Amino acid sequence: MLHFARWKVGLILAAVVIGFLFTLPNFFSAETVAKWPDFLPKSRLVLGLDLQGGAHILMQVERESIVKDRVDQLRDDARKILREARIGYTGLGVQGESVQVRVRDVAQLEDAQQKLAELAQPLNGSVFGGGTERDVTIEADADGLIRLTLTEAGLNQRVSSAVDQSIEVVRRRIDQLGTTEPSIQRQGDDRILIQVPGLQDSQRLKTLLQQTAKLTFHLVCTDMSAEQALQTRPPADCDIRYSTDEPPVPYLIERRALVGGEDLVDAQPSFDQRSNEPIVTFRFNTSGARRFATVTEQNVGRPFAILLDKEVVSAPVIREPIRGGSGQISGSFTVESANDLAILLRAGALPADLTIVEERTVGPGLGKDSIAAGETAAIIGSVAVITFMVLAYGLLGVFANIALIANVGMIIGILSLLQATLTLPGIAGIVLTVGMAVDANVLIYERIREEARSGRSAIAAIDAGFARALGTILDANVTTLIAAVILFQLGSGPVRGFAVTLAIGIATTVFSAFTFTRLLVATWVRSRRPTSVPI
Amino acid sequence: MRHIRFIPDDTKIRFMWMRSYSFPGSAIAGIVSLVLFAMLGLNYGIDFQGGTLIEIRTLDGPANIAEIRGRLGEINLGDVQVQSFGGEDEVLIRIESQEGGDLAQQSVVDRVRLVLGEQVEYRRVEVVGPTVSAELAQAGTIGVLTALFAVLVYIWFRFEWQFALGAIIATVHDVIMTIGMFAIVQLEFNLSSIAAILTIVGYSLNDTVVVYDRIRENLRRYKKMSLPDLLDVSINQTLSRTTLTSFTTLLALFALFIFGGEVIRSFTFAMIWGIFIGTYSSIFIAAPILIYLRLRPSTGGDEPAAAGEAEAA
Repeated sequence: MLHFARWKVGLILAAVVIGFLFTLPNFFSAETVAKWPDFLPKSRLVLGLDLQGGAHILMQVERESIVKDRVDQLRDDARKILREARIGYTGLGVQGESVQVRVRDVAQLEDAQQKLAELAQPLNGSVFGGGTERDVTIEADADGLIRLTLTEAGLNQRVSSAVDQSIEVVRRRIDQLGTTEPSIQRQGDDRILIQVPGLQDSQRLKTLLQQTAKLTFHLVCTDMSAEQALQTRPPADCDIRYSTDEPPVPYLIERRALVGGEDLVDAQPSFDQRSNEPIVTFRFNTSGARRFATVTEQNVGRPFAILLDKEVVSAPVIREPIRGGSGQISGSFTVESANDLAILLRAGALPADLTIVEERTVGPGLGKDSIAAGETAAIIGSVAVITFMVLAYGLLGVFANIALIANVGMIIGILSLLQATLTLPGIAGIVLTVGMAVDANVLIYERIREEARSGRSAIAAIDAGFARALGTILDANVTTLIAAVILFQLGSGPVRGFAVTLAIGIATTVFSAFTFTRLLVATWVRSRRPTSVPI
Repeated sequence: MRHIRFIPDDTKIRFMWMRSYSFPGSAIAGIVSLVLFAMLGLNYGIDFQGGTLIEIRTLDGPANIAEIRGRLGEINLGDVQVQSFGGEDEVLIRIESQEGGDLAQQSVVDRVRLVLGEQVEYRRVEVVGPTVSAELAQAGTIGVLTALFAVLVYIWFRFEWQFALGAIIATVHDVIMTIGMFAIVQLEFNLSSIAAILTIVGYSLNDTVVVYDRIRENLRRYKKMSLPDLLDVSINQTLSRTTLTSFTTLLALFALFIFGGEVIRSFTFAMIWGIFIGTYSSIFIAAPILIYLRLRPSTGGDEPAAAGEAEAA
C-alpha cells in the first residue's frame, strides 16, 4: 500500500498539477487570460443565473391554440371543397377536435368523401413506411354525416414543429435586445427554455416574448355597422374585432385577410411627418406588394383595418392605391412601443400562442451578494475544517489538508474544464465536500490508530490502515454518488449545479484518498521511518 | 502535542442495550412526524404550489413592511405574505397562485410593480405556474423514491439483503424525521429542500455504510460472537470516526448557515438537521435493526464479547 511505482507518482502529481492549471484562469481577468499562450487552459467557471443575474423563462406552446387554428382551417377548407364540387351540405361546424358536416343528398356522400379525402395529408417521417398515418381521419355515416377528426399524431407533429419555429422567432426577437449569449433551447415536447444572463430588465423581455405578433390586413365590412352586428349577428364572412383604444372600439371586419405579416420584409420605427407621433413603417415583399396594390386599387374610399394579434391597431381609409409596397401603421404608440412592434414584425409572428409557465429572474445586485456570501462561507468553513484537522491529527492532519486543498483545486479545475455551471447551491456543494472530503482521511487515520493499538508496528499499521479503509471509502461514496446523480437527473438550474459539484467532489475525494494522500503519507514514511504512529 | 479527541479510545458503550429505548422513541417520533405532516402540512414554496416570489430592496431607507403589506392587500392578489429578509431594507413577498391558470400568474408581477413604485430594486422574481409546480412536485417525489431504490440495489449487491433493508429503513426514518421537522418549524419546503433531503439521504447512507462495512468485517473475524455484542463492538470501533466526520461536516455547514446568505439558509438548516438525524440513525437504527432482520440467526443471548473471539485469516 505504501509503495508507488515511479510512473504512478508522476501520474498522480500530474493530475493534481493539471487540476490546478485549470483553476488558474478564474483568478485573472478575462483580458489577461486571453493573452496567455495557447497551451494554457483558458476556460473559466460558468456562473449560473443566480450568481451573475439574469432571466430564466420557460414557455409553453399552447396546444389548444394550435388545435383551434387547425380545426378552423379544416372547416374553411371543407367548405371550399364542397362548394367547388357543388355538393349541397348543411350544419358545417366545429366540435372539439373535429369538423362535422351533413351532406344533403346521400347519393353525393361518396363523392363528398372522396373530395374531402385530400384534406388528410400523410405525416412526415411516419413510422409506417408509405405514410399510412395521416393528420386527419374521415368517417361517414350512412345518413350523410361526415366527420373529419384531427389525429393525435398529426397534432403532435404540429406542436413539435411550432416549437421549432417558435425557437427561431424567439431567437430573432431576443437578438434585437443586444444581450450577450442568450440560450434558447427546446425542453420536452412543447416547451422552450430561455436563459438570458445579465439581463437588467426582464419586463421588456417578457413583453417581447408574450406577443404572437401576427399582423394582418383586412377590409372593413360595409354590409352593416359594427353596432348593428353587435345587436344582431355579424354576416357570415365577417367578425367583430376591438381596437386597442381605451375604451375599445368595435370594428366589423372581413374574416379573410388581404395580406399578412409573413409578406413583410422590413419594419422600422419612425415618426409621422405631420403629427410627429411615433409610427412603424413597413415594406412588403414583391408578391405581398402586388396583392396589396390590387386590393387597394379595387377598394379606394373603403376603410381597412390593420390587426395585430386580433386587435385593431389602426383603421385608415384607402385614399389612393398603394403600389409601392410600403406603408405605415400609426396607432397610439410611444417611442418604445413603436420600437418593440418593429422588432416583433421583423422577427416574424409566432406560429402559436406561447405562455410563460415559469419565470425566475435574479437581479445583478443579488447575484453579487450571493457570490460574496458564498466566498465568505467557503473560506471560513475551509479554515475551520483545516484548523480542526491539524488539532486532531497533527502532522497527518497537515497531509489531509494538503490533500483537501488539492481536492478543491481539482473540483474547480474540472468545473472550469467541463464548463459546468456554478450556482449558489453549487458553492454549498463545494463547502459541503470540504466537510465530507476529510472523512476519507478520518477513516484512514482512525483505522491506522486502531491497527497501531492492536500492536502493529508503525509502518505496518499505516499500511494496513490504508488497505482496510479504502474499501469502506469506496462503498460509502458510491451511495452518496447515487443520490447526486439522481439529483442531477431531476433538478434544474441551481439544484442541478449542486448535484454537479457534489458528484465531482465525490470523484475527486475518492481519487485523492486513493492516490494523493497515500502518496504524501508514503513519502513521509520512507523519508522519516517513524517508529510510532503520531496520532 | 495532545490531539483533540471527542471519544476516548476503546469505548465499550452498549448501544444495543439502548435499542429498547431508541426503537420505540424513533417509532413515536416517526408517527408524530407523519401526523404533523398530515395535520399541519408543509409550508410549500412556490416551486410546488405555484405562485409568485419577489425579493425587493427599498432604495429610500429601511423598508416599511406594514405599508408594503397594506398596499399589496389592496390589489386583490389573494394570500400575500410580506416578511423581512436579511437586511432591514430587504423584503420578501410571497403571493399565492392565482386562479385562472398560467396566464393569470403573469399579471401579478406587473401589478406589484405598479403598486410599489420606483424606489425599489427587484432583486429576485420567481413565478411558477400551476402546470410546472405540479410537475416539480411529482419529479421531487420520484427522485427521492428512485434514490432510495437505487441505493437499496447497490447495497444488496455489495452486502447481504439484511444490510440493504436495514439501510433503507434507517434512511426512510431520516426522511420522515426531516419532513416532520419541516412540518413543525414550517420552514419553506421547495426544490432546494428536496436537494437537502437527497443529500441527507446520501450522507446518512454514507454513515450507515461505514458502520455496516465494519460489521461485515467483524462478522468474518468474530465467528462466534453474539450479534448484539458484535454490533456494539463495530459501532464503538467506528465511533471516533463517526463523530469526527459529523463534526467537520457541521463546521462547514455552520459556516454556510451563518455566512452563506439568506437564499440558501433554509437549505443549510435542513442539512444541519440531517447530519444529526443521519448520525443518530446509523448508530441507533441501522445497526440494531440487523438483529431483528436475523442477520445471524444461530446465536442469541448477550454473552461476553471476549468469549468467542477468534481471528479469521
